Amino acid sequence: MWNYLLRRILIAIPSLMGISLVLFIVLALAPGDPFSELTTNPNVPPEVAASLRAKFGLDDPILVRYWRWLLAMIHGDWGFSFASRVNVDQLILQRLPATLFVVGASQLLALAIAIPVGVIAASRPYSLFDQVANTFAFVGFSLPTFFTGLVLILVFSVQLDWLPFVFRSDIAATGWRWYWENVRQAIMPVSVLALFQASSMTRFVRSAVLDVIRLDYVTTARAKGLGEGVVIRKHVVRNALIPVVTLVALQMPAVFGGAIVTEQIFRVPGIGSLLITAILANDTPVVMSVTFVFACLVVLSNLIADILYGWLDPRIKFN
Amino acid sequence: MSDKYEHQLRKMISAVGEGRLSRRNFVRKMIAVGLTAPIASQLLTNSGIAVAQTPFKYAPTKRGGGGALKLLYWQGPTLLNPHFATGSKDQEGSRVFYEPLASWDGEGNLQAFLAAEIPSKENGGVAADNMSVTWKLKQGVKWHDGKPFTADDVVFNWEYVNDPATAAVSVGLYKDCTVEKIDTHTIKVVFKKPTPFWASAFVGFYGQIIPKHLFEDFRGAKSREAPTNLKPVGTGAFKYVDFKPGDILKAELNPDYHQQNKPHFDTLEIKGGGDAVSAARAVLQTGEYDFAWNMQVEDEILLKLEQGGKGRVDIVQGGNVEFIAINNTDPNVEVDGERSSLKTTHPTLSDKAVRQALNLLVDRNSVEKFIYGRTGKATAAFVNNPVRFRSAKTFEFNIEKANDILEKAGWVKGADGIRAKDGKKLKFLFQTSINAPRQKTQAIIKQACQKAGIDLELKSIVASVFFSSDVANPDTYPHFYADLEMFTTTQGQPDPEEFLRQFLTAEAATKDNKWQGRNLTRYRNPAFDEALKAASSELDPVKRAALLIKCNDIVIDDITVIPVLARPAVEAVANNLRCQLSSWDVLNYDNASWYREA
Repeated sequence: MWNYLLRRILIAIPSLMGISLVLFIVLALAPGDPFSELTTNPNVPPEVAASLRAKFGLDDPILVRYWRWLLAMIHGDWGFSFASRVNVDQLILQRLPATLFVVGASQLLALAIAIPVGVIAASRPYSLFDQVANTFAFVGFSLPTFFTGLVLILVFSVQLDWLPFVFRSDIAATGWRWYWENVRQAIMPVSVLALFQASSMTRFVRSAVLDVIRLDYVTTARAKGLGEGVVIRKHVVRNALIPVVTLVALQMPAVFGGAIVTEQIFRVPGIGSLLITAILANDTPVVMSVTFVFACLVVLSNLIADILYGWLDPRIKFN
Repeated sequence: MSDKYEHQLRKMISAVGEGRLSRRNFVRKMIAVGLTAPIASQLLTNSGIAVAQTPFKYAPTKRGGGGALKLLYWQGPTLLNPHFATGSKDQEGSRVFYEPLASWDGEGNLQAFLAAEIPSKENGGVAADNMSVTWKLKQGVKWHDGKPFTADDVVFNWEYVNDPATAAVSVGLYKDCTVEKIDTHTIKVVFKKPTPFWASAFVGFYGQIIPKHLFEDFRGAKSREAPTNLKPVGTGAFKYVDFKPGDILKAELNPDYHQQNKPHFDTLEIKGGGDAVSAARAVLQTGEYDFAWNMQVEDEILLKLEQGGKGRVDIVQGGNVEFIAINNTDPNVEVDGERSSLKTTHPTLSDKAVRQALNLLVDRNSVEKFIYGRTGKATAAFVNNPVRFRSAKTFEFNIEKANDILEKAGWVKGADGIRAKDGKKLKFLFQTSINAPRQKTQAIIKQACQKAGIDLELKSIVASVFFSSDVANPDTYPHFYADLEMFTTTQGQPDPEEFLRQFLTAEAATKDNKWQGRNLTRYRNPAFDEALKAASSELDPVKRAALLIKCNDIVIDDITVIPVLARPAVEAVANNLRCQLSSWDVLNYDNASWYREA
């Protein structure tokens, strides 16, 4: 087990290095210039943009810049944003709470919908409930979040005027009102994301349960005279959810990485919207850090998923 | 030619002095001939006509009590030091806290902020030889931390900006002058050469003043480390509360603000992020916000949203012009590793008849009517407010006339329907950035050109490439490796001389200056160079204005550029919000006087 862990971590290091090198080169080769707004402005002498480029080391060869970035990263220095001249880690920490709240809540909500619906649908396959659940899953899966988001805004903000559609990170209220306001503004973005997630998860849970429910030991359990509820809860779901746990673990990076489209629509100040504004402003240090952290999280959650899998399913051995 | 202008100018100025011509009409007439509102109003001041204040009635009779003012910017401010502001979003953010000595209102009049009075020749502020200007500072102004605002702060800003290691974007205002302290509340700006347009240093959005005691230790290379870059301490009507770059900026009323009964609002908030359409929706349709900035939205959508009844669209005329630049050099021949080299001339566009024909083939009215609506006004002038200009200089859309001109100049249609002369065909590459209205405009022009025997090949380039300064990329607009290109240019600065520099021979964009020269069309005309040079050293403001008008006329008569539309700033404003906006400063330049009608 420990050998396995060590081996995996050792493999992860070169692959992360490779990822970072590719990211860095792609970003460096991509067109665009963080100071393009200055160069198109006739009031600003061209020397200003040139000296900023020199000051921030943008004119050096790519590999020199990469080496500098790598050394700084090893020392825990994530660089600073060209656009706001603030350290990148500070920017990310400012944005993390909103993303954790909105995306995290949507994942929990998605699970809370998908598991019962998937299990019920699988235990009565091709029943009316199953058909309806399947239809909804397909619809939810096919509708992109920018569409459902706009529909929700039109209905609940514009027509009914119930919910705000501009998400605010600091609400000027205290006590219960603060909680209430936060919940109110999160309802729409969370449900948009949760519906999308729940649709695919429902399909997944249903097929996982279907695989298990036909096995002989379930028939044995029923033959023993156990009630249907106990059979489903104790014997079916416990085994069927092993692959679902892996799926959830693999979703973890998304919880930290945010949801670019949904965050943009509702102005949720999360990591996703930070990434998209940084890309539009050619703010390479921010783009680099966000994508690299994302890559690290993917590698890490893959590892966690594998270990969890082995722990939940004793048939799997780490050799 | 400039004598004629001078004579007319003097006549008009005396008409204003005698009250026969209104100040406002004079300013509009000046704008129509290519001057800016600030320089027009300065002409009057120099001729001894008192500064007017644009009438804006501030109704509230006490400070505070207005509740929250909520502004929505689809690109939020990312930093709050005015000397580092990379775009207008950052200038807007800094302006909540910092103030300049004076600024331009919407009519181009100077409005005092930290100055006790506007300098003039009469009050001895402006030296007779135009070599210096003395500013008296307002007494009793305090920084938000309670420290007094003095001449030392003003002088410090000049030093701070002029340190090359600071790389301040405002350096253009301060590099040609020195600043001296006379006493605790008087400073003197001394110019290196006679400067008739003296209101540049410490004026407008680049003129915002930061406190010496908090920035003193963070100059030059250390400027990035100043904690005050993110937690501003200014003199403005609002004090810092909280700032998250790109997301939210919060401020609260400054109880010690130096203008009586201002501000009206208790808190101010700028929320960033999202897109322009939903920002318009939040103001016009749901009323969640009071003000949304820079509505780059099709007019059709704005009209629909306005029916929501919560807000209105405010259109602020400025100096932005969407225009087509004509290449004077040959983009298809490479000389010494660069195309569009100054050593070449364009084989067909160098014929004025061709340029005249192209000018006739741009259907500006259709572009306005079908594409831009209220957010673009057809124009024939490069630098102007179009309404007044139409009477003076008109544009025309006339395919027949274009055909006629080309026919007379010897351009004959070939078997393929394309005109040619001496084996040279009228085929042009027409480039612009990717942006739906621009592609539609390109298509309208292409269609008209086809009917006149001119073949346009359309090219659209991703905006981040087109507008970049990437030396290695041939698709940027300064490289101009095409025959024609279209984009919007900004006349943000009040002195038109800077703007007109983009037609100076010496400013031509070339490989040698890494395409940083401002002259993209590679226009070379000794008569223009001479007139602009004369203008820059002319001491008499009227003569100077006449020379600047002449420069503008030379460019337009030569058809170096084809102006298409004037593009005003478009904002969404809540119905009950009263605000004064100016296109010569940032939009919230006078947020202290914004108020909500009961």
